Amino acid sequence: MIRPEDILVPSPSGVCCKRGGFHIDPTRPVERAVITHAHSDHARAGHGAVLATQETLDLMRLRYGENFAGTTQAVAYGETLKLAGATITLHPAGHILGSAQVAVEADGLRVVASGDYKNAADPSVDPTCAPFELVRCELFITEATFALPVFRHGEPDAEIGKLLHSLALFPERAHLVGAYSIGKAQRLIALLRKARYDAPIYLHGAMEKITNYYVERGIALGELRLARGATKANLAGTITICPPSALNDLWTRRFPEPLAAFASGWMRVRARARQQGVALPLVISDHADWDGLTATIVATGASEIWVTHGQEDALIHWCASRGLKARPLDIIGYGDEEGEQDISSKESSGDVAADTSDDETS
Amino acid sequence: MNRFAELLDRLAYEPSRNNKLRLIIDYFRSTGDPERGWALAALTGSLSFPHAKAGLIRSLIAERTDPVLFELSYDYVGDLSETVALMWPTPTRSAESSEEDNLTLTRVIETLATLGKAQLPARLARWLDALDETGRWALIKLVTGGLRIGVSARLAKAAVAALGNKDVHDVEVIWPALVPPYRELFAWLEGRADKPVSGDPAPFRPPMLAHALDDADLATLSPADFMAEWKWDGIRIQAVAGNDGKDHSTLVVRLYSRTGEEISKSFPDLLEALHLPGAIDGELLIMRDRRVQSFNVLQQRLNRKTVTPKLLAEFPAHLRAYDLLADGAEDLRERPFVERRARLERFVTRLDDERIDLSPLIVFSSWDELIAARKNPAAGGAGADATAVEGVMLKARQALYLPGRPKGLWWKWKRDPFIIDAVLMYAQRGHGKRSSYYSDYTFGVWTKGEAGEELVPVGKAYFGFTDDELLQIDRFVRRNTIERFGPVREVVHEADRGLVLEVAFEGLQRSSRHKSGLAMRFPRINRLRWDKPPGQADRLETLLRHIEQDQLQGQIA
Repeated sequence: MIRPEDILVPSPSGVCCKRGGFHIDPTRPVERAVITHAHSDHARAGHGAVLATQETLDLMRLRYGENFAGTTQAVAYGETLKLAGATITLHPAGHILGSAQVAVEADGLRVVASGDYKNAADPSVDPTCAPFELVRCELFITEATFALPVFRHGEPDAEIGKLLHSLALFPERAHLVGAYSIGKAQRLIALLRKARYDAPIYLHGAMEKITNYYVERGIALGELRLARGATKANLAGTITICPPSALNDLWTRRFPEPLAAFASGWMRVRARARQQGVALPLVISDHADWDGLTATIVATGASEIWVTHGQEDALIHWCASRGLKARPLDIIGYGDEEGEQDISSKESSGDVAADTSDDETS
Repeated sequence: MNRFAELLDRLAYEPSRNNKLRLIIDYFRSTGDPERGWALAALTGSLSFPHAKAGLIRSLIAERTDPVLFELSYDYVGDLSETVALMWPTPTRSAESSEEDNLTLTRVIETLATLGKAQLPARLARWLDALDETGRWALIKLVTGGLRIGVSARLAKAAVAALGNKDVHDVEVIWPALVPPYRELFAWLEGRADKPVSGDPAPFRPPMLAHALDDADLATLSPADFMAEWKWDGIRIQAVAGNDGKDHSTLVVRLYSRTGEEISKSFPDLLEALHLPGAIDGELLIMRDRRVQSFNVLQQRLNRKTVTPKLLAEFPAHLRAYDLLADGAEDLRERPFVERRARLERFVTRLDDERIDLSPLIVFSSWDELIAARKNPAAGGAGADATAVEGVMLKARQALYLPGRPKGLWWKWKRDPFIIDAVLMYAQRGHGKRSSYYSDYTFGVWTKGEAGEELVPVGKAYFGFTDDELLQIDRFVRRNTIERFGPVREVVHEADRGLVLEVAFEGLQRSSRHKSGLAMRFPRINRLRWDKPPGQADRLETLLRHIEQDQLQGQIA
């Protein structure tokens, strides 16, 4: 009888399907890669052939340039593709635009590699991507970014409410919201619009290309402006979305009394927000929280769970207590985009005068 | 409860005093009685719940969670209340409404006031079930004591005062007469009622404060208009006694810090000495064998929480009187200083207690004589107490006792600070407006280490420099970083490469908390010494010698 290991094999550079001749989200260049979503720890340049959703391919192209892979093939959600001794189907992962879970089937056995996912019950919590679709399987490969019971993300609308309340209370201050450039930034804008915030929203230069792409895909984001073009006085009482690394950067000196907000699941933990000098932490995440991870594992019906990057210990302990077979996958190179851009980690350095002029394209 | 929890949550992250004030004012404006009054009580530390302890919270969570998951979570979060607040399992809501829905702060406090110890765990658990993460965090902080969100009682009082465009002093004066939830206070501030009357027999009176004197100011002042006395290096207090009871037969005695906080419990030895009704403005000092001890000695008593007979014997408290605000029931604040001083002298004589004495006046007829006294307090009249002199106070003879810091009446003229040259070792980003600047500096001096000459950190300073100097240091830090630790950068600090900071400070004391074995009082950046090679900065031995001299003088005296 076929076992899950006969379909997928973990390796330090990603999960490999030998029968189908492909890797899923490999961290080093391979001949053929199936990519779950466009975040840089999952989607790397330099593979021979890349299979992914059209959106993921487009976002990779925007990020890495035209020649990011030898060949590309767009696969629609639900479309089944035969690759040598296996078939694959992509299903929405609800993480960001174009994000997909990869279901691999051979000899009647199905395994699912989820990539990163968020399994919101209510699709309106993320107007920028297709909602997570549950796929039943024998083996489920789950992420574990927020796999501790302290992580429960709550209602994003309530967090948006906090931001708008602060804006009303401090109308002379520029509100800077740190958010990852692909996905989180656009989702924040969409959530603000959903909350009937109609004023122009300002963007850090690093957000421009990706955000324009979202708009081209028909996601309504309202009036957007570049912070670069605005005067200091005009930025009072406005919202600007920027990469988290810019929050404490010299770049902020162009804003009147900047107030640092940061939208991330990590903001649930006070020490983490404080360390980074965040004055307004917003718990908005594109990952499943503890309840989401455990509920999804149960719902897939899988009897075996593989856990990738994050807080594996707690999730594996939980699986064991439910009689589920579980193991960690030590894949080198997966990070999490919400933590990867910790404010302190990527600060620009160098001359003050040079930095303050314009470093948005960095 | 939710709205209060949101306020605490936001305050905990907000670094700026002014913005904290606005957040609290907004809360008071948008919240009704008695809820906001209980919030004010919580913020001013006026509530305590003796039965709720951290151990109780721990056992509640242990009943509800897997121990391994709890340990992993606690280890990650690092704070017990927060871990419990975050991982508390949310029960599935039943359709019917529960009595705990829309739980208010008022309900929590009123319930806790009458709840027996045995019923507390179950009640607390039901509340935690009903609240969200932030609400649970706030509730646990509230009941286990100590909000620790960087808001002082004074700041909360300033916020409530601002509701009625009043000064914080106006609230402090009547504060001792008020009880939570302060309905009459809010009614007055919102113009719905008269000012609450203080029936307190021993009230705090807002203190009069001095302006710092620049050398240039002296030329504009006439010596004949002023009296001078020493500025003692202790803590400024108000010692108040007043008659209470039906026949005014009981004497109520209280000590207040200069911010109006009552500190009577810490100084029972001084309370005994105040046996006449009146209000003295003075300096709290430690006196041994009729000699004033340095601030370092006083600090050793201030640091102790429990007052033991041994502590009282080793660190006898003393009040050195500057001013008399009330004599019996008579308010003297509207009288000129020269008259109050005469009344003070008679009052202290009548008290006739060795634990209370007069702060002596400095005799001078010209500024030159006063300058000489300030330079050498021992010869200028302070004698052996000179080590406890922090400078000189100038008071206009005709000055009334006015709250706050009125212009031109009282001047403080501190002795020159101590100065050392130290080397910048680490820089940390500031908060709020300074969050993009490296504005907190750790500096060190040289000492002989195992591997030869090395720098050992002796202090941290985040002010004293100009905006332009801040830019210069910020640039230096960014260009000379050798290591990064989160928001902290280690900068180059070698004998021939690095930045020398001239650091001014008010005093030194031994400290086991620091590797160097000493702690600085009030350090600030005086000047940037771009001209000086780091190798020529000061040595640890010089600083340690300074402490020894200080102690030696205390002993000889």
